[in-house]
Order: sequence, then structure tokens, then C-alpha cells
Amino acid sequence: MEFGFTIAAYAVAAVLFILSLGGLSGQESAKRAVWYGIVGMAIAILATLIGPGQGLFVASIVLIALGAGVGYQLATRVQMTQMPELVAIMHSLVGLAAVFVGFNADIMINNIGDLYDANGLVMGAVSDDGYTAIGLPKEVYDGLSSFGKLIAKKTNVEINILKVELVLGIWIGAVTFTGSVIAYGKLAGKVDSGAKKLPGGHLLNAAAAGLSLLLAIMYLGGSGSWTLVLLTLLALFIGYHLIMGIGGADMPVVVSMLNSYSGWAAAAIGFSLGNDLLIVVGALVGSSGAILSYIMCKAMNRSFISVILGGFGGPAGEQMAVEGEQIAIDADGVANALDEADSVIIIPGYGMAVAQAQQNVAELTRRLRAKGKTVRFAIHPVAGRLPGHMNVLLAEAKVPYDIVLEMDEINDDFPDTDVAIVIGSNDIVNPAAQDDPNSPIAGMPVLECWKAKQVFVSKRGQGTGYSGIENPLFFKDNTRMFYGDAKASLDTLLTKIS
Amino acid sequence: MKIGTPKEVMKGEARVAMTPDSARQLQKLGYECIIESGAGDAAGYNDDTYKEAGVEVVKTAAALWKEADVVAKVRPPTDAELKKSREGQLLISFFYPAQNEKLMQQAANQGTSVIAMDMVPRISRAQKMDALSSMANIAGYRAVIEAGNNFGRFFTGQITAAGKVPPAKVLVVGAGVAGLAAIGTSTSLGAITYAFDVRPEVAEQVESMGAEFVFLDFEEEQQDGAATGGYASVSSPEFAAAQLAKFRELAPDIDIVITTALIPNREAPELWTADMVAAMKPGSVIVDLAAEKGGNCKMTVMDEKIVTDNGVTIIGYTDFPSRMATQSSNLYATNIRHMMTDLTPEKDGQVVHNMEDDVIRGATIAHEKAVTFPPPPPKVQAIAAKPKEKAKELTPEEKRANEVAAFKAQTKQQVTLLAIGAALVLGVGLVAPASFMQHFIVFVLSVFIGFQVIWNVAHSLHTPLMAVTNAISSIVILGALIQIGSSSLLITLLAALGIFMASINIFGGFLVTRRMLAMFQKS
Repeated sequence: MEFGFTIAAYAVAAVLFILSLGGLSGQESAKRAVWYGIVGMAIAILATLIGPGQGLFVASIVLIALGAGVGYQLATRVQMTQMPELVAIMHSLVGLAAVFVGFNADIMINNIGDLYDANGLVMGAVSDDGYTAIGLPKEVYDGLSSFGKLIAKKTNVEINILKVELVLGIWIGAVTFTGSVIAYGKLAGKVDSGAKKLPGGHLLNAAAAGLSLLLAIMYLGGSGSWTLVLLTLLALFIGYHLIMGIGGADMPVVVSMLNSYSGWAAAAIGFSLGNDLLIVVGALVGSSGAILSYIMCKAMNRSFISVILGGFGGPAGEQMAVEGEQIAIDADGVANALDEADSVIIIPGYGMAVAQAQQNVAELTRRLRAKGKTVRFAIHPVAGRLPGHMNVLLAEAKVPYDIVLEMDEINDDFPDTDVAIVIGSNDIVNPAAQDDPNSPIAGMPVLECWKAKQVFVSKRGQGTGYSGIENPLFFKDNTRMFYGDAKASLDTLLTKIS
Repeated sequence: MKIGTPKEVMKGEARVAMTPDSARQLQKLGYECIIESGAGDAAGYNDDTYKEAGVEVVKTAAALWKEADVVAKVRPPTDAELKKSREGQLLISFFYPAQNEKLMQQAANQGTSVIAMDMVPRISRAQKMDALSSMANIAGYRAVIEAGNNFGRFFTGQITAAGKVPPAKVLVVGAGVAGLAAIGTSTSLGAITYAFDVRPEVAEQVESMGAEFVFLDFEEEQQDGAATGGYASVSSPEFAAAQLAKFRELAPDIDIVITTALIPNREAPELWTADMVAAMKPGSVIVDLAAEKGGNCKMTVMDEKIVTDNGVTIIGYTDFPSRMATQSSNLYATNIRHMMTDLTPEKDGQVVHNMEDDVIRGATIAHEKAVTFPPPPPKVQAIAAKPKEKAKELTPEEKRANEVAAFKAQTKQQVTLLAIGAALVLGVGLVAPASFMQHFIVFVLSVFIGFQVIWNVAHSLHTPLMAVTNAISSIVILGALIQIGSSSLLITLLAALGIFMASINIFGGFLVTRRMLAMFQKS
């Protein structure tokens, strides 16, 4: 073992990474947990630079410094409302890096193969004593980079496995890359967020996936690197087309899915490089993303497949007709009701993020709390465009996290609540999910705000939500519509509440 | 109109149907109030306090019956009393029409309207005039107090310098209004309280009062108690046997038994048999609130306190509310006042006997020279809607069974998943070389750790989680770092790009996570 020290450092780093994720179980321990992650990363990079990554040491450091500069700019400039975009675009970088590393491995395999050929030997052949590198002249072997040496020592079977792994790494990496770029575009409003598909729809994806499989088999059969290039292009297409077909409100699932993919890509690359730390971290990230996707799907009562395939299925039958009318109310009315209320629950949604109204919401909360009223927030798992999106926005506006509650924690409290305020959310407070078995969102867990004595809905107009479903909540007797841009409405409301 | 209350003629009855407070309220309804001199003495209200409240005090019962248009009293009228009433007069009192049919007939013949306070239907709207409940509440409380009076120990357990005192163990049989009141009193005195009822759905109420519900190991399709107007019905012989067996098992440990089990219009069921009494410790106390209907314990003597050969005191008093006359008069007078409010919709001091009203119709047993008992079933069903699909009211046993079933299903699922996982890993191991398997093990374990760790992440921290995982997934930088030193220019170039991009991610990811986490503040 030439780099025993490196391996030891990797073990330490792996432990630190696990602690770093585990620490996120609570707000306070999380602040410590980030440092575990940072130290772990520093140890891993340093150990690699000192050990197997000695070649072009200086260039590496310069590149890292450059990247650090860009990363710093990104991280300090980003608005909290833009967090989903940032996370998405960062995933694309990991995906692309994985593609590059994968290609490098392929090139290296070819190079070593050529080297064997030049010396009149066959790569991967096993000699009598069980070693493979034997046969290459010593000066040639020593001239190889550490990664080259690793490959040179492999047997034929091992090289084939290596190829499977790098194909996987490249394919997942490429899907992650274009997928994340499109997700970024949709979240940043640069690409239309509606669900769009090319003619052929999912058949096109399936065909591309099938073709990728064929190319992968050809590559393993030794057809040369062009198959790999083609396969990458197909993967890039799948990533693009898959995410184009998914609408805005399903983005929490998409982003966590891409998060998961970037992890699996790293793990696959780890296999091809024989690097355990890459495998460990890749698996951690991959399972983390998978769990997040699962939680998000569960919160929408939809299967992962149906989210990925995009759009809502048609209604299963006649939807219940909504009777009644939407009754509007002005800021004075809301202010009066809030004045009389003892307990208030606020339900924020993506609309609050779009209108940048979180500061106003926080100010409202502070004033109400100063009057001795109980104010709490109810957060649906898929509120916003990113898991935990609302929590971050409210935290930014300095809303204390202990009054921000999850759906399960607060749903039973609505009957005892005087006023529920819905700000920019729609489907997550739709009673049809419980009452109407034919509704497309039937069975989705929702916040039962209509059980509060009075409900105010801050909304821009009378339209339906993302899913295009009429919301009976708006027609209920105890619901009043507070029309207007969330931020402007709250501004007027704040003038009425001292 | 004038509303009057005579002195109760029954011996030992200390309650009075009108208090100074209720008189003030009645006057607000437009009535003039009169009371027989000395009627409130036993309940702690003398004539002067009534005069202060604007009540006219009349000397004799005869004068009162003559003057009053409405007579409110506690006990059913005696023959003599009823004879004093006249046509068109309204009498409000307990009446027990099923047992006093002759009296009821007489009232009808005379043309006296009678509202029986014990016939007020059990619906939410009528709770404020449900005198049976308010009296039962007092009886339950008083039963515990009487028991304590005859029990030689503390209720609560104490550890004193003079030694340890074990807490008393109290069993309350029948968790109706009286039973629940007894449970509440007993637990607040510090006794360990057990309670039993044939209606398992009251287990929740019992536990909310701080007592432990005694469950039988018995499966029976239970009739919903709500369907019988909230009263218990007769149970099957098997059930009764299981119940007695349970009591027999408990008897030696119990210090105080309070039985309140009554079934409407039937003799009280025997629940505490002689052998159970014999099994009890000397000094134990039994309070039988069902004494009037023959008692839940057949050794009970109505209106008396006896001590058995083995030193168990059995109390069979039937006048518990009367023993707390001030309290019970207050509550009963308030019930009467609420009844009058319903009878006086215009608040003008005129009785409107509206026979369309469920509550008034239900309680009226004689009106306009006709017997109007028994009443038709109320239009408003006493059962608050049909219990939803029955699924909600699971008995604790069923809940436990469900939990066990869920646990089994979970175990099964987990084992299946593990088996499939193990088979897959084994399958891979069969074909892959050892060098691959080493890494594969690391991979499998890491996925496992990942799943264990991530489930604990707080929902509110999902965004920071994504940022952190994003940052650490840039660990692919290691691959690029290893490759950059290659002799091939292409490899070096690609690796350099990889390093650059990954490091953007590392720094960006960690910094933004720190920024986010710093924002989370506690109030």
C-alpha cells in the first residue's frame, strides 16, 4: 500500500461526512455539522493532493482556488428565494465533473492498452503468478500516473467491471447535468415551467434509454470510444427531455431526484477509480436524495414514477361541482379579525416566495406576537420548489424556527384556531383531496385549514393552482379572499395593525 | 304570572326548588316569585334572604298552592299536595311517571299540567335542565365522601416519619354521570381508582378522569350505548359472567367499591355478590348508589348503613343530594330556571307550553286534562349523527390488536426486503471478482448508513441538507485530482475542468449552507 496514509485520511473524512449529515437532525447541531463536512472535505482533498494526486500539484491548487472564488461569489450573492435555482445548477456541475472523470478513465484504459500493445503484451492477461502488471517493463510502469498503475494491474474481468461502472457514471452524470440545467432554467424562469414534451413523449425517452443500453453493450464488447460519446449524447438528451416534461410544482421531487443522481454518479465513478471515499460519499448523497424524493412523493400522494413521467393524470370521474361564491375582503376586515383572534396559523406557499413577501409575513408575525397572540406556521412538505424551501425563507426573515411546524405536528390544531392565513398556496390546502374521491389530488395529505374558525386566502386572482384543480376552500363559508399581490396586500395590512 | 315553591313535605328532604339566586333570574323572565315560609331553611336559605331577593314569603302551603300559577318543587307531589293544585296550574318536579301512574292520572284528571324533571330528554340542548345529571353528579361526589367517612385510612399514599401509608384502592362500577363524578373525586383525593362500565366506549372518559379502565377479556358485539339514549342496556349472560369473574379477582385488593350501575326501568343488576363482600378486607367500604332499585350488592339495605360479619361497611343511602342540600338546591333551582326560560320565549312572565318543542314535549307528562306519557321519540335524534362507519371507536383491545398486526406486517416487510437485498448481494458476489466485492461492501454499508442517518433529518432542514449533500457530492474532485497528473493532454484538460467545477461546488455548497443555518433562530 503506497498510500496508506491517504486511505486513513479517507476513513476520517468518511466519518466526518456521516456526522455532518447526521447533525442535520436539529437546528443547533446542524451549525456544528457543517463544520464536520468542511473539515472532512479539506482532509480528503489534502490527503489526495499529498498522496495519489501529486502530479501537477500546483495546477490543482490554482484550479481549486479559482473554483473557490467563483463558489464564494455564488454563495454570498444568492437570494434565499433563488435557493432552488442555485441547488439545481450546482447539481449540474457535479454531473458534468462526473462525466469528465468517467471519460478520463476510458481514455486511460485505451492508453494503457496501447502501452501493452507497444510492448507486445495483452492488457488484462493473467500470468501464472496471478499478477498482471508483470510484463510491462519497469520503466514504463513507473512512468504511469497512479491511476494508470491502478488500471495496469487489473485483470480482464476487472477491466470489464470498470467499464460497466464508468458507463454508469457517465450516463447518470450526463442525465444529471442536462436535467439540472433545465431544472435551473425552469426555476429561474428562463425556461417555461409548464410541462412540455417533444412529439413522441416518453417513447422518445424509452427509445433513447434502450439505445443507450445497446451502446453500452457494444462498448463493453470493445467497439471503441465512439459508442461512449454517443451514449453520453443520448443521456444528455434524456436529462433534457425528462425534466422538460415535468411541471413547476413537481420541482421538489425533481431537485431531490437530481441530488440523488449526482450521488449515484459519484459512487459509480468511485467504483471505477477504486476509491472508497467516493463510494461512501456517493452512496450517502444518493440515499439522501432518494429519501427526500420519497418524502416529497408521499406528501403529494403520487408515485415517484408518475411524478417523473410528468403531469397529473386525468380525473378518475366526475369531479364534485363547487358551489357557492368566492367572497372578497379588504385589509380592514382582515385586520379586525386578526385583532380579535387569539391563535393564528399562517400557511405559506410558493406564492409567498414569488412575491418576496417573507419579510412582510415575518413583520406581521412579530406584531401579532407582540400583542400576545399565538402565531404559528404550518409547512406542507411540498410547499415551494425545494424540500424545506419555506423554512429557509422564513428563517431568512428571522421567524423563529420553533413556531414553524410540520404538517403532522399542526394539522390537529386547526379546529382550535381562530384565523388561518393562506399566503400563496393552493393545492396543499385543497379540501377536495379529502372530500372528492374523483379529484386528481384525492388522497394527498393536505393542511386542514378550513377547520379554523376563519380562513383568509391571499391570492393574486381567481385562477386555479398548478394542478388546474378548482379549490373548494375558496368557496367555503368561513373563507374570505384577500386578493392582490401577497407583498402589496401585506403592506396595506401592516398599516392597519400597529 | 306567579311561580311558587312550597316546603318539601317528605321527611328528610332538605332540598328546595328555588334559591334567592334563581328567584332573581326568574324575575328577569317577568315572573313574580313566592315561597312558603321555611322552605329553604334546610338548604341554608332563610326567609330573609328570599325577601332580599324580592321573593314574597307566604305562611302556608295551602296559600302558596292557591296563589301560584306555576309550582316548582323537588320531590314528586303527595296525594295531599296534588289535591291542592287546580286546573291550569303547572307543576314542575321530579315525578318518575312510570312508577307513579296513579298520581299522573290524577293530575291529568284535575287538569294540572305536569313537567317531570326526570323526563327531560338527553339531548345537548337540554343539558342545562338535566336535573338527573346534576343530582347524579352530587351523588357521585358524596358517595366518595361518605365512603371516606367510614374508611379508616387515608385515600392518598404517604410516606411519613411515622411510617408508610399505602394509597386506597377504589373501584367505581358504572361510569355514568355519578360514576364519573365519583372517579374524579376519588382520584383527586389521591386514591388509585379503577372503573368499569359495560360500555367500552366510555373507557376514554374514564381515563381522562385519571382512573384506570378495567377491561374484560371478552369479545362481544357491543350495542352502541348512544343508541339507547346514553344509558346502559342489559348485557348477555356470558358477558355478565366474565364481568363477575373480573370483579371476584379484584375484590381482595379493593378498599372502597362504589357501584352506580342502573338500567332504566329495571331492577339494579347484581354486580357485587356476597362472596366478593366476604373476600374484601375488614374495614373496606361499599357505597351502593343503586340502593333505591334493589342495589348492585344484594346485601345493601336501603337508606341504611350496615356492617357485615367480616367488617365491611355497606352504605345504602338514597339521599346523597339531600345531604348536600345547599349545593344540590343551587343546581336544581338552576335547572328549573332553565326550564322556565324555555317555557317563556317572550320573557314576559307568561308560560307558553309549546308541545312542538322536543324538550318540553318530552318532559310533559300531563297536559290539558290528558296524560301525555310516554312521549313520542324526539324529532332531534339524541344520537349525534351516526358514528362514522364505526371505524373510529376502536376499543383499546382492538387498538392493541391492530398495533400488533401492523408490527407483524412491518416485520414481514422488513424481513422480505432484507432477504431480497441479501440475495442480490450474494448474486453479485457469485459473478464479481473479490476486488470489486470489497468496494461493493463499502457501497452497500454506506447506502445503509445513509438511509439510517437521513431519516432523522428535520424537515425544516431539507434545503440545507440538499446544499450540504451537493457540496460533499463534489467529492468527485478526488477522481479528477488523481487523474490530472496523467501524461495524456486530453486527460489533464478534462481533469482540470473537473477540478475547477467541483471546487466551485464545494465552496459554494458549504458557504450557502452555513449562511442558511445561521438564519435559523429560536424565539
